[in-house]
Amino acid sequence: MPTLTLYDAIGAALTEEMRRDRHVIAFGEGIATKRHDLVAEFGALRVRNTPLAEGIIAGTAVGAAASGLRPVVDLLFAPFLCYAMDELVNSAGKLRYMSGGQFAFPLVTLAMTGAGWGVGAQHNHNVEAWFVHSPGLKVVMPSSPADAKGLLKAAIRDDNPVLFFIDIGLLYQPGDGPVADEVVPLGKAAIAREGSDVTLVSYGKTVHHCRQAAEALAAEGISAEVIDLRSLKPWDAATVLASVEKTGRLVVVHEANRLCGVGAEIAAVVAEEAFACLKAPIVRLGGPDAPVASSYPLEQAFVPQPEAIVAAARRLCRRQIA
Amino acid sequence: MTPHPANPHEIDARPLLEQMLLIRAYEEAIVAGSDAGTIPGTCTSVGQEAAAVGVVNALGADDLILTNHRSAGHLLARGADPGRLLAEVMGRRDGYCKGRSGSLHISVKELGVVLTSTIVGAELSMAPGVALSQGMLGRPGIVACFFGDGAACEGSFHESLNLAALWNLPILYVCENNHWQAFVHRREAMSREHVSEWASSYGIPAHTVDGNDVAAVLAAARVAAEQVRASRRPYLLETWTYRTRGHFEPDDQSYVDPAERAAWLARDPIARCRDRLLADGALNPSQAAAIGDRVATRIHAARAFAEASSYPAADELTRDVYA
Ligand SMILES: Cc1ncc(C[n+]2csc(CCOP(=O)(O)OP(=O)(O)O)c2C)c(N)n1
Ligand SMILES: [Mg+2]
Repeated sequence: MPTLTLYDAIGAALTEEMRRDRHVIAFGEGIATKRHDLVAEFGALRVRNTPLAEGIIAGTAVGAAASGLRPVVDLLFAPFLCYAMDELVNSAGKLRYMSGGQFAFPLVTLAMTGAGWGVGAQHNHNVEAWFVHSPGLKVVMPSSPADAKGLLKAAIRDDNPVLFFIDIGLLYQPGDGPVADEVVPLGKAAIAREGSDVTLVSYGKTVHHCRQAAEALAAEGISAEVIDLRSLKPWDAATVLASVEKTGRLVVVHEANRLCGVGAEIAAVVAEEAFACLKAPIVRLGGPDAPVASSYPLEQAFVPQPEAIVAAARRLCRRQIA
Repeated sequence: MTPHPANPHEIDARPLLEQMLLIRAYEEAIVAGSDAGTIPGTCTSVGQEAAAVGVVNALGADDLILTNHRSAGHLLARGADPGRLLAEVMGRRDGYCKGRSGSLHISVKELGVVLTSTIVGAELSMAPGVALSQGMLGRPGIVACFFGDGAACEGSFHESLNLAALWNLPILYVCENNHWQAFVHRREAMSREHVSEWASSYGIPAHTVDGNDVAAVLAAARVAAEQVRASRRPYLLETWTYRTRGHFEPDDQSYVDPAERAAWLARDPIARCRDRLLADGALNPSQAAAIGDRVATRIHAARAFAEASSYPAADELTRDVYA
């Protein structure tokens, strides 16, 4: 099995999709500098560096997407999306609906976030829920190179604007190489580990924390199922509900601020749709309502760690037994 | 093909007069409906008809237009059906956007009027992408982007001009400098008198034209559009005009200097055009009356059409959110 980093996987997805479809173009602050293999293969017109101006990068992608191209834009770090909010939220997300369906916006926005590099809260802010909350947009956040490649390919082929969040902490960790040309459909979760006592739902790097927690729980005789959402919008409620119907217990885990985070929606839907199956209250583990510090121990403390997940799952399982 | 005259004195302004009258009558129908409570109030383009008609008539069928909240002039000059426009304003299903837009963001893709946004400056942020597609997909048309003096104060204006200059994008930027940015006079908001002055710092050729002289606007816009077409590079045309009604209906304009408004009312683009045509003998009074009758008939029919159109069904609420 070949190994690949998530960074490489993104490059591989771009290469394959740009080969497949001449309408795919890529631009951003330094993409042509960092990915010169793309420039070499596809030319300087399809792979461009841009000025440091996130608003016009995103706006240009919106205009190009509505008129026949399929742009992928790299906006670097997720907090920089604040400069591109109007273009993404008000234009890409709304103008299809507001025009009575006259336009479509097949564009992908790449943005990095998450603990790992100690870059502080203006480079590390998991803002994915903002975009989940905005109509007309799709949101993904992969946890592995294989999924990153497959999801990016699907995102490029999708006719809607997709926010593609890249977990900084996973960017250069090698993983299993994806199968060539495999597309991971948007909106489909993966069962990362099967189990029967408790469901752990997550995305991004905390999927790995859930896997580690599941290992530890297994040693205690608790069988945890781990679900990797992969797509946050649309999210795969059917897979989550089926798992909770089996286990009766749910822990939702993410690095983003717990308050109004994606986990709140998942918990609410499970409470609405599968209340009768629940043997214990739903638990949400997420970051605090605080900017992320750059100091290593504080940055790590922001993120739900395997021990906390183990403790939460154990509590839920004991509660039932007691 | 006879080249289009770029000399205002050689332009036949009669069809332009009719378009301006149609826009004025359409806007006045909305004002009347707004006063009567039967039509939602809009941002009218009263007083700015020449700026819209002059530029739109300089464009070809392949060219694309991005516009903004004050768009009736651009849409009607481009040939939009006033009935479907009014239906849109009234939230009816036969509106160009199925009643989902209302007046502020009407796009009509079939006429090349794309991606209208009411976020001030958003048209400027999207225009480079539209122009990029035109170039990369080998389409001939240029992109005309209409925006106000207020939009020129947004960062997107500056980012857009920089990128268009850098990437050689065929955009005709058209700033309708109507002296008002909602309830703030341009003098209070702009470090320079003219938006065209800002263009030069990006190496973009620019020109300010009397926006209340339809022949002058058309002539200047032809020169500008030809330059964009030939060079595949941006150009900025500023039409110097005035919003003689309020920002939005109703608006008592108590904040407006009466002398300034009176001076601009005396330069009304429609009266100027008609008086010149009559004085030149290019139009006689009975022809002028006939134009007025045609326009009145069209607006009457438009109102009837819009009123007869039903509201969208409730199941439209969530349609067309995703492709
Ligand atoms: C981003 C944004 N800020 C403020 C507004 C409210 N607003 C709507 S139109 C307008 C004035 C715009 O002035 P200008 O660009 O000169 O256009 P005009 O209305 O004069 O045609 C304002 C402030 C808005 N729609 N969008
Ligand atoms: Mg203005």
